[in-house]
Amino acid sequence: MKAIVIGVIGADVHAVGNKIIEYTLANAGYNVVNIGVLSSQEDFINAAIETDAKLILVSSLYGHGELDCRGMREKCIEAGIGDILLYVGGNIVVGKQDFTEVKERFLQMGFNRVYPPGTPIEKALGDIKTDLGE
Amino acid sequence: MGYYLLIDFGSTFTKLTAVDLDKGEIVATASHFTTVATDIRDGYRNALIALYNQLGREIKFTRTIGCSSASGGLKMAAIGLVQELTVEAARRVCLGAGAKVDLVFAHHLTKRDLQAITDGKIDIILLAGGADGGNTESAIFNATRLGEAKIKIPIVFAGNKSCQDEIEAIFQRYGMNGHICENVMPKINVLNIKSAREKIREIFLKQIIEAKGIKKIEAEIDQVILPTPEAVLQAAELLSRGYLDEKGLGDIVLTDIGGATTDMYSICNATNRSDVIFHGLDEPFAKRTVEGDLGMRYSAPGIIKSLTKEEIIKLNQAKNIDIEREVDYRYRHVDMVPTNPHDYHVDQLLAEMCVYKAMQRHVGRIEEVLTPMGIVYNQFGKDLSAANYVIGTGGVLIKSHDPMGILHQTTNIKRIPGELRPLNPGYLLDEDYILAAMGLLSQTEPLLALRLMKRHLKPL
Ligand code: B12
Repeated sequence: MKAIVIGVIGADVHAVGNKIIEYTLANAGYNVVNIGVLSSQEDFINAAIETDAKLILVSSLYGHGELDCRGMREKCIEAGIGDILLYVGGNIVVGKQDFTEVKERFLQMGFNRVYPPGTPIEKALGDIKTDLGE
Repeated sequence: MGYYLLIDFGSTFTKLTAVDLDKGEIVATASHFTTVATDIRDGYRNALIALYNQLGREIKFTRTIGCSSASGGLKMAAIGLVQELTVEAARRVCLGAGAKVDLVFAHHLTKRDLQAITDGKIDIILLAGGADGGNTESAIFNATRLGEAKIKIPIVFAGNKSCQDEIEAIFQRYGMNGHICENVMPKINVLNIKSAREKIREIFLKQIIEAKGIKKIEAEIDQVILPTPEAVLQAAELLSRGYLDEKGLGDIVLTDIGGATTDMYSICNATNRSDVIFHGLDEPFAKRTVEGDLGMRYSAPGIIKSLTKEEIIKLNQAKNIDIEREVDYRYRHVDMVPTNPHDYHVDQLLAEMCVYKAMQRHVGRIEEVLTPMGIVYNQFGKDLSAANYVIGTGGVLIKSHDPMGILHQTTNIKRIPGELRPLNPGYLLDEDYILAAMGLLSQTEPLLALRLMKRHLKPL
């Protein structure tokens, strides 16, 4: 069973979507390691190392996603898991910004896939299967 | 029923407690220097004579059991993968098993690490790494390294279940003294203490006490059954929880200041609040931490190590002493016993510093995070603010003219926001030095052990 680390990054307490993601991915046959809300970059990375996860799926709902996610790829590299896949989704920035620009900024930061607001997790399942090779 | 004899083979003293089971009383206590370097039985016999003298007669004991921290106690090395996760889980399991954790390693072991294990006279290694189904590479790498280095001391593997077979094969290939048990951290942030702790105890009883010359005593007593700190931990847990209709004391904190270490125990849930978000690894309900750099004699230098030159000058002026000289003297004369007001004054100060710092490392903290919605609370470590009692044991506390002054240091006297120290506890002193003995007694007579503790711990 492939492990996926999920959680809500930063000072963000939106808990409902996180539970739905856990449920959906577990049903799809993944070993879901849910570190919950209010999680730091280090929490995600540590969990990924111990569980040998191939994917970290970051949620950010409250609008500060860009600040919270900065430097995460660099920390993964330091921690010896530089190749891990990083996804981010939810409502990752405040308000109605042009999403192509937002996406470009997150790709620059080293995220592999960046989802616009309102993307339900089912939509990402296909990408997960493609990327994890199942 | 008859009489039980409970023996604590300490690093300095062999302490005896005789209990009359029919009357439900402690009838005598006595002690003598521990003589493990020559023959552990000598000190025991002398203590026994002292005990008989007190009673004015010899008595026959129906059961004689002991615990031991003699000959350096149980020294362990904890190895894991990530510092905050399996490394910390492994460390906590060792401490809960009554060990002193002299060495802690994360990620891959290096030649230097292996050398440190050999040089450090480690008794048992706990090897962890990886949640179940997770990382196997690190544990396999480290087991192989230990094998190649021809390390023959017992190694307990308590890491990722998925590589148990590979690890077992490595143990066999290199002819290692290897043991397999459940993962200390089967899932992220989940702490699994029991299996590894029992394995450690088993090895301690089968191999370590033999190697340390403690086993000899079993020619004269029934059995040594626990490392002393584990006996104390069990006593404290019983005292907190209660037994059958006999009520316990609820949340408690216990501190034991020794010559070489300061131990801190807390028996309570990590938090009882619903408005905080708890972070990090599970906290054990009965938690023990040991500070190897905080102690009254061998480890006295550690107390002032973290102070700056300026702080030392201020302290010397405020207390009218030369703290560096005092510490150095105690380090060189570990059997020093205070005889005059000055010595007492200095010991009191050192004990206060030990307790303050040991608590700082034991206790959890809370952080306020400002979000657009207001404040949310992040908690790391255990919340001891609701502790009903702080209990003190150990020679310096028992001899102190102001034990309360020392124990008071466990509370948030410096008002550091965020430290979850006891807020308004009562204070108890283990005046008769019975806690380890009661841990032993609790193995078969928990109700009596509980009642005796409640009777003998003196309110301050
Ligand atoms: C309930 C709620 C709250 C509750 C949360 C309770 C709790 N503990 O869960 C409370 C009242 C605490 C709250 C607080 C705040 N909230 Co609010 N909240 C909502 C609300 C109404 C619903 C969220 C929800 O549960 N949705 C249902 C779940 C199932 O959906 P979801 O969370 O979006 O998750 C799904 C998808 O996003 C997706 N997904 C999530 N992560 C990822 C990751 C990947 C990789 C992928 C592919 C998909 C994916 O899959 C999930 C499951 O389908 C939303 C508005 C809305 N309708 O979405 C606002 C909303 C999220 N909140 C908002 C804001 C601003 C706040 C506050 C900052 C201030 C405020 N005004 O109250 C605070 C922040 C507190 C904090 N520190 O986090 C904004 C965010 C704006 C932005 N980002 O631009 C929203 C969008 C409202 C709005 N339109 O302004 N909130």
